[in-house]
Amino acid sequence: MLRQIEGSRAVAEAIALARPQVICAYPITPQTHIVEGLGEMVKSGELTGCEYINVESEFAALSVAIGSAAAGARTYTATSSQGLLFMAEAVYNAAGLGLPIVMTIGNRAIGAPINIWNDHSDSMSMRDAGWIQLFAETNQEALDLHIQAFKLAEALSCPVMVCMDGFILTHAYERVDMPTQAQVDAFLPPFEPRQVLDPAEPVSIGAMVGPEAFTEVRYLAHHNQLRALELIPRLAVEFKNEFGRESGGLLRTYRTDDAETIVVALGSVNGTVQEAVDTMREQGVKVGSLSLCSFRPFPLAAVRSALQHAKRVVVLEKCFAVGLGGIVSDGVRKALSGIVLKGYTVVAGLGGRAITRASLIKLLESAGRDELEAVTFLDLNREIVAHELQRERKARRTGPTAEAILKSLGTVASSVG
Amino acid sequence: MSDALQSVKFYQTGTFTVGNRLLAEEERSVQANMQRTNSLNSGHRACQGCGEALGARYAIDAAMRASDNQLIAVNATGCLEVFSTPYPETSWQIPWIHSLFGNAAAVASGVAAAMRVQGKDKVRVIAQGGDGGTTDIGFGCLSGMFERNDDVLYICYDNEAYMNTGVQRSSATPPAARTATTPAVGKSPGNVAGTGKNVPLIAMAHMIPYVATASVANLRDLEAKVTKAMGIHGARYIHIHVPCPLGWGSKPEDTIRVARAAVESGLFPLFEAEHGELTARTPIRRKVPVDDYLKLQKRFAHLFAPKRDDERLAQIQATADRNIRRFGLMPEPA
Repeated sequence: MLRQIEGSRAVAEAIALARPQVICAYPITPQTHIVEGLGEMVKSGELTGCEYINVESEFAALSVAIGSAAAGARTYTATSSQGLLFMAEAVYNAAGLGLPIVMTIGNRAIGAPINIWNDHSDSMSMRDAGWIQLFAETNQEALDLHIQAFKLAEALSCPVMVCMDGFILTHAYERVDMPTQAQVDAFLPPFEPRQVLDPAEPVSIGAMVGPEAFTEVRYLAHHNQLRALELIPRLAVEFKNEFGRESGGLLRTYRTDDAETIVVALGSVNGTVQEAVDTMREQGVKVGSLSLCSFRPFPLAAVRSALQHAKRVVVLEKCFAVGLGGIVSDGVRKALSGIVLKGYTVVAGLGGRAITRASLIKLLESAGRDELEAVTFLDLNREIVAHELQRERKARRTGPTAEAILKSLGTVASSVG
Repeated sequence: MSDALQSVKFYQTGTFTVGNRLLAEEERSVQANMQRTNSLNSGHRACQGCGEALGARYAIDAAMRASDNQLIAVNATGCLEVFSTPYPETSWQIPWIHSLFGNAAAVASGVAAAMRVQGKDKVRVIAQGGDGGTTDIGFGCLSGMFERNDDVLYICYDNEAYMNTGVQRSSATPPAARTATTPAVGKSPGNVAGTGKNVPLIAMAHMIPYVATASVANLRDLEAKVTKAMGIHGARYIHIHVPCPLGWGSKPEDTIRVARAAVESGLFPLFEAEHGELTARTPIRRKVPVDDYLKLQKRFAHLFAPKRDDERLAQIQATADRNIRRFGLMPEPA
């Protein structure tokens, strides 16, 4: 059924259709509306057979989820930013224990300085924790990916993060096609755990493993993610058969067939990227784009296949490794091992900085002339940076950097574009 | 005394404690019954004289009997977790999960929720950890579980320091005790006075249905308290005093003796509370000075040599006396 609703509400309703049995909730912007929606559904009786637990921290949220998943219940939670960091130890633990928890990440920057707006620093910080990470491009895809995520997680006994851009998706009212309960039931079978806490068949879960077997256990986690590379596209096909639309998969390409320049990006920014591609195509520039849905596992072969005939690749990242450069770029570079082409990392959209079509076109024109630096910060205000660096040279006690920058900027956040 | 053989005292005779064989079948101790579940089975790696292993064995077997063997245990990281495993060996004869150091209470909340939602109402959940996993790193999750009144019995085995990592101070370490991070050096050797937290009292402040303290010196009492706790739903807390020969510098064969001296001196009061109100306490039968407790442990040796630290000993004695007054451990004869 077509609905015009907030992204968070759409995801909440999709989660409810997946018949979760335990939901742990702790507020943090911008994921909060999702768990609020679910709480209301449980309390009103709309969503039955579900325990909704208000916990005291994100660390507890995922810990409760670990307990309930290990005890055989389909389990869901959501978080963002600092919340994901606060539960970090449990994030690794859930994956190590092989518990198929589904967690939404309403992607948000990490402080300090504290910032509630969107970028990908939070989920990227957990990229090696052993979770599958799927990035949604639209609210429709966010909704659909959650339904696929439970099936994927439970098939592999591996937790899945569905990452959706904070505010840009979570708070945007868009038209979505909400599936019926019968459709979701047909797609998603009940949870059959691989291991479960059951007095009838006592097992010890989570005991110590020494050097004699740790490598093998870790390898199997890697192997599991490699299996996901096959399962994710298969589930996307199954999903299309049941729901009649394309969602998910490892990646999607846009006008890449003869493209000389291909932009690689994750999440909602792909909409803007595609618009920039269209504009430039009208001018005869051979550009295309690649939207990466599965960041973990990283689809090396599919990325290689999609990019190998391009002359240059621009990886547009809403995060970066301080002191190094791109994070997504690392994966892309691995995928292109042995292929000679120009590769650029563009860090953009940090802490909610808008990524405009105009900026992108300017950037891609510069890339087309191969004038880009290896690592570029899109729309970086170099004047402000130079001013602050000069100030630091002049005096020792310069105070909080962030405050100084905003003072010299002399404006408020309304000029983020 | 230290070189001579310890004289054995038969506490079961001549007191109000009655030997098992004189009791009716259903009143006998769980451990005395051949049908006990041995939930924490023999063959584990606990040190000789480990109070925690003893306490856990009695507690979990009692909980098993009380729940008709429908029990799941969640374990915090720590000695109990480490000595009862590693894979592929496990001493646990019950479904058991270890997740992290600081989240046992939350994981148990999750298990309890999963049982509820799956209609497995008969299955009961226990979370357990040492004092570090309970009073320090796991305290947030513990308080959250209490506050939500989740159907979990949390058992803290308190050996008063981080023993698994090599005897470092925790918030349950008593004043003056020597640990690896409060060494017996300087002007005021050992742990500083006036610190630490009393988690049983904090548990009571959450107004949860049941809180109790217990000691391996009184195992029948421990079993009775666990059994009572298992008959109640909602959040419950039992804090068990478990001497650690390695960390305390006491003799392995003295574990019960040390634990008893803690109780009989008033340093570890045994009591029960329901919904925040004190409901019962175990009277001290024969009060002993705190010296009798402290002298058995090398972690307090600096209080007695090279010269007696009268000031700090008086402080510790005052704590014991205050406990006796506060909990009414020595009621005036009627």
